[in-house]
Amino acid sequence: MLTTNSTILVLTALNALAGGFFLLTAFALIASRQSLACLKAFIIQSLLLAMSALLLGYQNASVSLLIVGGITIVSKVVLIPWLFLGTLAHELRTRREITQVFSITISLLISLVLVIFAYFIAVTLLGASPKQEATINLPIGLAGLFLGAYAITVRREAVPQVIGILAMENGAFFAGISIAPDFPLIAELAVAFDVLLIARIMGVLTMKVHQHTGTTAVGEMAVLREE
Amino acid sequence: MAQRILLNILQVLTVMAFAPLVRGVLNRLKERILSQRGPSIFQPYLDIWKLFHKDEVVSEHSSWIFRVTPYIVFVTPIFVTMLIPVLTSYPLFLAFMADMLGGGFILALGGFFTALAAIDTVNPYGPMGASRTRMVGFLAEPVFMIVFFTVSFVAGSTIPYIVQQHWVTPMANFFQPAHVLVMLSFLMLIIAETGSIPVDSPSGHFELAMVDESKVLEYSGRGAALMKWGSSMKSFVLFCIFLNVLVSPWGLASGQTISDALLAVPLILLKIMGLVLALVVIESSLAKLRLFRIPEFLGAAFVTSVAAVITKLMEI
Repeated sequence: MLTTNSTILVLTALNALAGGFFLLTAFALIASRQSLACLKAFIIQSLLLAMSALLLGYQNASVSLLIVGGITIVSKVVLIPWLFLGTLAHELRTRREITQVFSITISLLISLVLVIFAYFIAVTLLGASPKQEATINLPIGLAGLFLGAYAITVRREAVPQVIGILAMENGAFFAGISIAPDFPLIAELAVAFDVLLIARIMGVLTMKVHQHTGTTAVGEMAVLREE
Repeated sequence: MAQRILLNILQVLTVMAFAPLVRGVLNRLKERILSQRGPSIFQPYLDIWKLFHKDEVVSEHSSWIFRVTPYIVFVTPIFVTMLIPVLTSYPLFLAFMADMLGGGFILALGGFFTALAAIDTVNPYGPMGASRTRMVGFLAEPVFMIVFFTVSFVAGSTIPYIVQQHWVTPMANFFQPAHVLVMLSFLMLIIAETGSIPVDSPSGHFELAMVDESKVLEYSGRGAALMKWGSSMKSFVLFCIFLNVLVSPWGLASGQTISDALLAVPLILLKIMGLVLALVVIESSLAKLRLFRIPEFLGAAFVTSVAAVITKLMEI
């Protein structure tokens, strides 16, 4: 009994560590200046999500969570970066700075407010169903969701916006695995497949935008122009 | 009683004796990574020795501040040494005098007087470097405060000896998100405070680009030696706080005898060499930031430290 107790303590500690780094990568998505750095932060974030899923799966003896961890590694750490590097290699490798609405310092401060907001929401939510793992995963996952949404709002380029959407999805998953460990597997498979499709379609769309207008700075395409 | 005073003296002597060595190893390793030979690791000792034997020239237009500053810069790290765990895991004779915040303020006093002394002589580069350092300083200050608030909030105390025990009892405390985030932001703070590469390039010889170095250009002879020695002791003390209080509270002497404390000396040196290796990797893999990008770097440190507070605050 003592060994199982200490094992659970170690697992919880490792999960908390993954959560802390998850939050850091979410900040890195906001703070990075180049598309490739965004993609790298996203890959690390997905890896941490997979780690948390595997740890929680082992702890709750839940096979579906272990499978979620595996799917995350395959789809988000391997396939999505591969797809992006295939279709958008030129866009990702340009050393251009991403233009955005606010400066990075202001963005960081706003994202800090968003994280505090996420924690306030999580506290009320946790009041409904107090669960050990959820105290770490739920607020950090919500924060990841908000920071992804924020990245979509302020970035004026297509590629970081797509990565923002995927990061939102990461955050939702990070919160989800803690409150619903026995989520039906079919739904998770569908989501994993969805994400792949989203990445593919958005990649092709961005490529088309680039072919058509010569740039992917979508922030400047808000006004219709007559030919 | 005599034993305790001896331990205190040993602690101060360790910092005084090995601080230039750390600087020397850092410089040597940086050159090695650039596949150059680099100066000997004992070069800082030779520099200090040489400077002590040279004549000192003081501008007749400078005031007493310029003359007093080297002594303040030299003495403040020694004061802080008596407050923090360098060799022993139990508080020493004078450790009751101040907590970590007090130590931080004593270190800041040295920086304050360096800035004043740089403005005091009307050397054109001194005031520029001083105002830049103040810019980095006032951006680093909130991070510094929040890091210490987090640490004292998590550990329930501002005394470094209690804090270092907290992280390892039980071991799970070591891995909590708040601790990891605090470690990262303190590391960024150390980089900013010691003038390492993303913030400042210490080996640059171009006065217009200097942040930290240009303040001591006017010193010569004994004053320059004391400034050099004092600043290397300051970084040694910061490394000690980072390692012994936050990162690795192991390997400190718990026994009361002198031999126990002597045994802890190689261990702390080993830990510092590990940190120096990490710093060398950071310094060689990053480019120096432009001056107006420094707020971003310290903003990231600030966000990290506040995130540490939040993760702890909202833990139910």
